[in-house]
Amino acid sequence: MYRYDEFDETLVRERAKQFRGQVERRLKGELKEEHFKPLRLQNGVYLQLHAYMLRVAIPYGQLNAKQLRVLATIADTYDKGYGHFTTRQNIQYNWIKLADMPEVLDRLADVEMHAIQTSGNCIRNVTSDHLAGANLDEIEDPRPWCEIIRQWSTFHPEFSSLPRKFKIAVTAAETDRAAVRIHDIGLHMKRNAEGKIGFQFIVGGGLGRTPYIGVTVREWIAKEDLLSYLEANMRVYNRHGRRDNKYKARIKILVNELGLEEYTRQVEEEFAAQNSWEKIILPQEEIDRIGAYFAPPKFEALSATSAAFDAFKAGGREQARWAKNNLRPHRVPGYISVHIALKPQGVAPGDATSDQMRVMADIGEQYALDDIRVAHEQDIVYPHVKLDDVPAVYAALKAAALHASNAGMGSDIIACPGLDYCNLANARSISVANEVQAVFADKEFEDEVGTLHVNVSGCINACGHHHVGHIGILGVDKKGEEFYQILFGGRADEKAMIGTIQGPGLRHEEVAPAIRRVIGKYLEMRAARTEKFIDTMTRVGQAPFKDALYASA
Amino acid sequence: MPLLKNGKIAQDEWTFAEDGAGLVDGPTIVSPARFMSEHEALLASNRPVGVRLTNADEPDQLAPWLDRLSLIELAFPKYTDGRAFSQAQLLRRRYGFKGEVRATGQILRDQLRLMIRSGFDAIVFDDADAEAVYEISSRELSEFYQPAADTSASIFLKRHGKA
Repeated sequence: MYRYDEFDETLVRERAKQFRGQVERRLKGELKEEHFKPLRLQNGVYLQLHAYMLRVAIPYGQLNAKQLRVLATIADTYDKGYGHFTTRQNIQYNWIKLADMPEVLDRLADVEMHAIQTSGNCIRNVTSDHLAGANLDEIEDPRPWCEIIRQWSTFHPEFSSLPRKFKIAVTAAETDRAAVRIHDIGLHMKRNAEGKIGFQFIVGGGLGRTPYIGVTVREWIAKEDLLSYLEANMRVYNRHGRRDNKYKARIKILVNELGLEEYTRQVEEEFAAQNSWEKIILPQEEIDRIGAYFAPPKFEALSATSAAFDAFKAGGREQARWAKNNLRPHRVPGYISVHIALKPQGVAPGDATSDQMRVMADIGEQYALDDIRVAHEQDIVYPHVKLDDVPAVYAALKAAALHASNAGMGSDIIACPGLDYCNLANARSISVANEVQAVFADKEFEDEVGTLHVNVSGCINACGHHHVGHIGILGVDKKGEEFYQILFGGRADEKAMIGTIQGPGLRHEEVAPAIRRVIGKYLEMRAARTEKFIDTMTRVGQAPFKDALYASA
Repeated sequence: MPLLKNGKIAQDEWTFAEDGAGLVDGPTIVSPARFMSEHEALLASNRPVGVRLTNADEPDQLAPWLDRLSLIELAFPKYTDGRAFSQAQLLRRRYGFKGEVRATGQILRDQLRLMIRSGFDAIVFDDADAEAVYEISSRELSEFYQPAADTSASIFLKRHGKA
């Protein structure tokens, strides 16, 4: 993983000191909340329903054990002993006192971490494929480019007061695990006709009140032009994005109001007009320097099969199920990637206690080459584990109740914190997610259903990405009562689609039974056991599922 | 309100002349509309001439005359509205404007450094201790990843002795 040099270190330390000064001015009353707000937001500090919330950046979701242990210590020392891993591969603490924030930032800086630009109307933490460097289908490791974009966008003087927040995601695999088509800018690394690797440049995706799938502004942009082309896009947006209405201020609205053709024309004109002073020169030595941090670790030469792993799979239903659902193939023989589904029943999706964080850190250090990732599905992933070590990893996870075997399944629900924690929410998310999870409590039934993505948001801001769930659930407030709208057919992968709202909202207690009926309809209609829920729905259309949704029990 | 010129309090010599109003002696700022219709007379009058752009105005309309203009004033109508950052960068880097680029409006001390990097050399800054605050704020961060309109070199280049 990337390690700070003296420049990175200096900046993070100086930023922590600067924020300490801002907090002191606020606590002394020299700075009004109105003026403090844009400052604290640029450093990940939100004022929430109950307390201040701190969002810590985990650049492109990668951590080492030492960092994860510090995150655990922060949870113990300054919060209530847990943290919440988010859909943007970050971690949030919900109960940190403002006066403690500077100390927390110092502790983070000790392990090369920070909260820079994790909120506010600026370029946010860059996200990526959690299996980068391990999966079978990527053409190159995308993380060096994530790191280059992280550095370029950090304290960018021109783009610190954008019309709205700005999210960039990068993937280099054919299978898009980073949901790049629902980001403000999505970069999909591709080869051009000459076989050279560059970026498909996708703009204007996003969820929220007005969901859009991003559109391609350039089929391919060369690596050496990436930062300059990003600047051209950012400048068009900074100058012309709407500022009269915060709900119309994202770049997706600009792209749609101008139309793809006119937006592209403006960007290309700006890009073509850049002179040599304006072009961002990234020396090849610098690309190589950053790339070297992501060189493949020293994998052992192993057999593609493992007797220990085979025995493990044969050792009982529960672990066989975990092996089937929670492991992903690795490009190197004898290795595999392991998912920890942080969504067992009864707790908020993405939550982990400090003890669990320490266990995950220990396992990562001992068995996973000290490489730990946060996935946008709010899972923790070890990209590199030897098949031979899988039994030991499983045993250690089980001892910490981290062995939920539902990764990618119906109960592996993405949900926002909802009304219980968030002052934007209109409805509870966690309780409705828990009730839907209970539909899949019978693991044989859940296995029968197979791959299914359920997403829950507590308001139209869509932090639970309900538009891209195979089944999306959106909480709304109707005259003081919570109702839940149901969407079908969304997906966040390379075939990204916005789900369709089916009809009137359901009461809280009606949601789980209705979802159960929809699942029943799928089991009845699927062509074969191997046909996934989303594929059956694509084949037969949504109407029969809608009928099932609203059929009274 | 104090005017900081390169961080030091300076006397503001400039007067804004409303469209249609008579011109007073001395350095004069006008709207882009007035400048476009009267630029010959204005530039011939031997007085320093400046233009006040709104955030919606295109700096490139002034390109043919920029070497004869002494000041461009840009506004921050709200401290969260960053359009003038782009306008300043365009003036400095795209069009090579050498005169004064002045920031007015809602300005927080924590944005001074961003303004300096974007090319502003004059800032109307409402603070009892404006010079001292500018001095501290402009030095809070000592390194920069990206090139901008100031003279600081990007870390990308410095790492390899190319700056």
